[in-house]
Amino acid sequence: MSGHVSPVSLYITIFMALMVLTAATVGAAFVDLGQFNFLVAMIIAGFKATLVIWYFMHVKYASKLTKLTVATGLFFLAILLGLFLVDYGSKAFSQMPPFLS
Amino acid sequence: MLDKLKIPERNYLNNGHGLASWLLTKDHKRIAIMYLISISVMFFLGGLFAVGIRLELATPAGDFVQADTYNKFFTAHGVIMVFFFLIPSIPAVLGNFLIPPMIGAKDLAFPRINLLSLYIYWIGGIFTLYAMLSGGVDTGWTFYTPYSATGSNSNVVPVALGVFIAGFSSILTGLNFIVTIHRMRAPGMTWFRLPLFVWAHYATSLVQVLGTPVIAITIVMLGVERGLGFGIFDPTRGGDPVLFQHLFWFYSHPAVYIMILPALGVQSELISTFSRKTIFGYSFVAFSSLAIAVFGFIVWAHHMFVSGISTYAAMVFSFLSFSVAIPSAVKVFNWTATLYKGAISFETPMLYAYGFMGLFAIGGLTGLFLATLGMDIHLHDTYFVVAHFHYIMVGGAIMGYLGGLHFWWPKITGRMYSEFFSRISAILVFVGFNLTFFPQFVVGYLGMPRRYHAYPDEMQVLNVLSSAGASVLGLGYLLPVLYFLWSLKKGEVAGPNPWGASGLEWQMQSPPLTENFVEVPIVTHEAYEYEHVVAKEKHLV
Amino acid sequence: MSNAVAHADDHGHAHAHHPALQHHFDTMAQQKEAAVVGMWVFLLTEILFFGGLFAAYMVYRIWYFDAFAEASRSLSLFWGGLNTAVLIGSSLTMAMAVRCAQTNKRSATVNWLILTMILGTVFLGVKVIEYADKFEHHHVPGYNFQWAAAHPSTSLGAGEAAAGAEHAAPGAGGAAAEPHRELALNADQLQLTTQIYFSLYFTMTGLHALHMIIGIGIMLVITRMAWQGKFDEEYYTPVEMAGLYWHFVDIVWIFLFPLLYLVERHV
Repeated sequence: MSGHVSPVSLYITIFMALMVLTAATVGAAFVDLGQFNFLVAMIIAGFKATLVIWYFMHVKYASKLTKLTVATGLFFLAILLGLFLVDYGSKAFSQMPPFLS
Repeated sequence: MLDKLKIPERNYLNNGHGLASWLLTKDHKRIAIMYLISISVMFFLGGLFAVGIRLELATPAGDFVQADTYNKFFTAHGVIMVFFFLIPSIPAVLGNFLIPPMIGAKDLAFPRINLLSLYIYWIGGIFTLYAMLSGGVDTGWTFYTPYSATGSNSNVVPVALGVFIAGFSSILTGLNFIVTIHRMRAPGMTWFRLPLFVWAHYATSLVQVLGTPVIAITIVMLGVERGLGFGIFDPTRGGDPVLFQHLFWFYSHPAVYIMILPALGVQSELISTFSRKTIFGYSFVAFSSLAIAVFGFIVWAHHMFVSGISTYAAMVFSFLSFSVAIPSAVKVFNWTATLYKGAISFETPMLYAYGFMGLFAIGGLTGLFLATLGMDIHLHDTYFVVAHFHYIMVGGAIMGYLGGLHFWWPKITGRMYSEFFSRISAILVFVGFNLTFFPQFVVGYLGMPRRYHAYPDEMQVLNVLSSAGASVLGLGYLLPVLYFLWSLKKGEVAGPNPWGASGLEWQMQSPPLTENFVEVPIVTHEAYEYEHVVAKEKHLV
Repeated sequence: MSNAVAHADDHGHAHAHHPALQHHFDTMAQQKEAAVVGMWVFLLTEILFFGGLFAAYMVYRIWYFDAFAEASRSLSLFWGGLNTAVLIGSSLTMAMAVRCAQTNKRSATVNWLILTMILGTVFLGVKVIEYADKFEHHHVPGYNFQWAAAHPSTSLGAGEAAAGAEHAAPGAGGAAAEPHRELALNADQLQLTTQIYFSLYFTMTGLHALHMIIGIGIMLVITRMAWQGKFDEEYYTPVEMAGLYWHFVDIVWIFLFPLLYLVERHV
């Protein structure tokens, strides 16, 4: 039994989208958005990753179990980063340790 | 009729002879046996270091060994016991052997990866043993920076490398179990007909796969800091040593659930079999395993309450740590309800199960003491903590392992061991265990710090009790080696189902065929249906 | 829901097995699905493996933003951007290789795989250039690390459009020093904290490069198997597995690029 075969045109389209998004990331980096530069960069990167996962890695056509597996990984990565922020985001810190300031 | 039972002519043990047929096997059962031998060696090695610790602590003064040597003893004891004994134990031995037959499969999904995980375990073990023998490590099994990165001049890198390598063994085992349980179940074996042992291993595998990589990367970061002079945790360059602790405990707390979840699975099998009743609240017990696995990932900073995390973070993690006790309690209540009005008996595996119930409960409840912020200020880094985790790891995990080993030994070898000596051994383990570790709660509450080789005179009586208990415990652990080995040649032939247990593994011959089943079973009944077992028995005998 | 095929006997039937079917599986479909799920579980471990580094990065970017910004501006946007394009291109060629294996086109599969490996090697070559440059400028932590007080940056300034960015001259430290905004860290502090940035830079890109080397190694093996005609519509699993791995390596870089190269570029 063969898996789903995507048309070549789809792959080309996704590739072009990824290149455009890369240019957009670089371009956005030169615009002063203050705190939002980081968020924009991460959103674009996240969208690029989604395109790769969904189309290049065929997750769109994969079983529910595969989709669940991907979601689980992302969920636990979110726990790692989120709970780290619970600590690091809630304590006061000087820009440098005292002995160096 | 029983003495007419013979060891089946064709079984996995005599299917192929010679070292190569074992070292290159793809049979999950042979791999399990090789793991059994390996982790037993590691267990006794780790135990030797414990002997050194208890010998030193029998007297208040630090007079047996130097302080640095003592540090190497407890580091070795911790590293070996955690990474090379407890984490593999039940999954790599009992899980490997039993999961395919329990779900009606011929092998795991990836037999060669199973063999690879064994090789990787050996390589990691050799690295670590080399490091122990060529000078040892004195940082404690927790490797805290900055001491481990820039302070200690001991063999941190080889030991850390050994642990890193062993981590891959754990990951591969977990990966194999997850895919196997999802995709290799026999016809009719739905998720809710699975033995709870399988649910427990599924949950354990999730933790292995998601948690172990984080300690792997932490070791990499420690390695580049120590070996290449990079600065990630180095405070003199603005780095944060507490970041190491966050990353370390993100894995090492879920790791304790890797160590206990399989034992909780064994416990369900033992309680059900030896009260001849289906487990009360099957789905609650099944989901509680998953809950423990998931919750286990969000409580790690309770190891860091006094390390410098923010008060807000401390409150969050304290609250979450209380909630992780709930699914464990659910299990204990359901086992108790299973026992109620069951036809209970006192064979050796059940003796271990009874011991497990009480000791796991004490261990778990004392965890709540430690999760309470105010109390932890006083109890952190004292022997109270040491006693708490030994109640769970030894009173819980090891007794679960021994109970499982005694339960499935007849299936694995086809032979019964001496019930008399095994009961003596179980009692010695229980008495010795409590004598060793209960005084440690008291002495810890009185303020005795952990990882110190000397202590105030007034604590000597309790420490001597603890050391004496350790001798009894050691004897209790040595006896099984003797009677298990004896049983291989002289033990009574067991037959397929000496306990009258339910589960597909008991429908195989003992010892099983290499391919487990002659015909792929088709499952039509729920888990733990003893009427079905009795009917089959009547048919056989 | 039963996932095994519902026939009770295992070897008695006359159905011919595909030569690649392993005997503990019932069908090729089951075997392939197991492999795909298994590979994704492995990729989960990789997500968490790199995740630890991302967590460390996150913490220190919050603490020492200025050091991160200064250090990031010293990286070559040209080489970084080029590598991003190369790697995304190699993902395309890899996807094509899998597609050709799926549709039983033996020599096309081999060609696309070879192209993927070439692009991967180009990426690694660029990294060698970048690393060598860092060695020259004493930006390797622990090894004569020197962050000059008035460190010239390659920041192109707000006036340059995004289109010009990809054609900027390669190499760090090329442009003359320009006054940026007021920094919260003094020179001594920058000397120390930019080391943390570069420690993470080398660890993250180094680990990524190691994964690429392993990926190229895997592809060599798969290419040989393809050349030997081992794959067909029913069995192309190893190619798909290699593809999943390679795409994952691409995704890691998709995040590394903005995090390492694009911190406060507008200054």
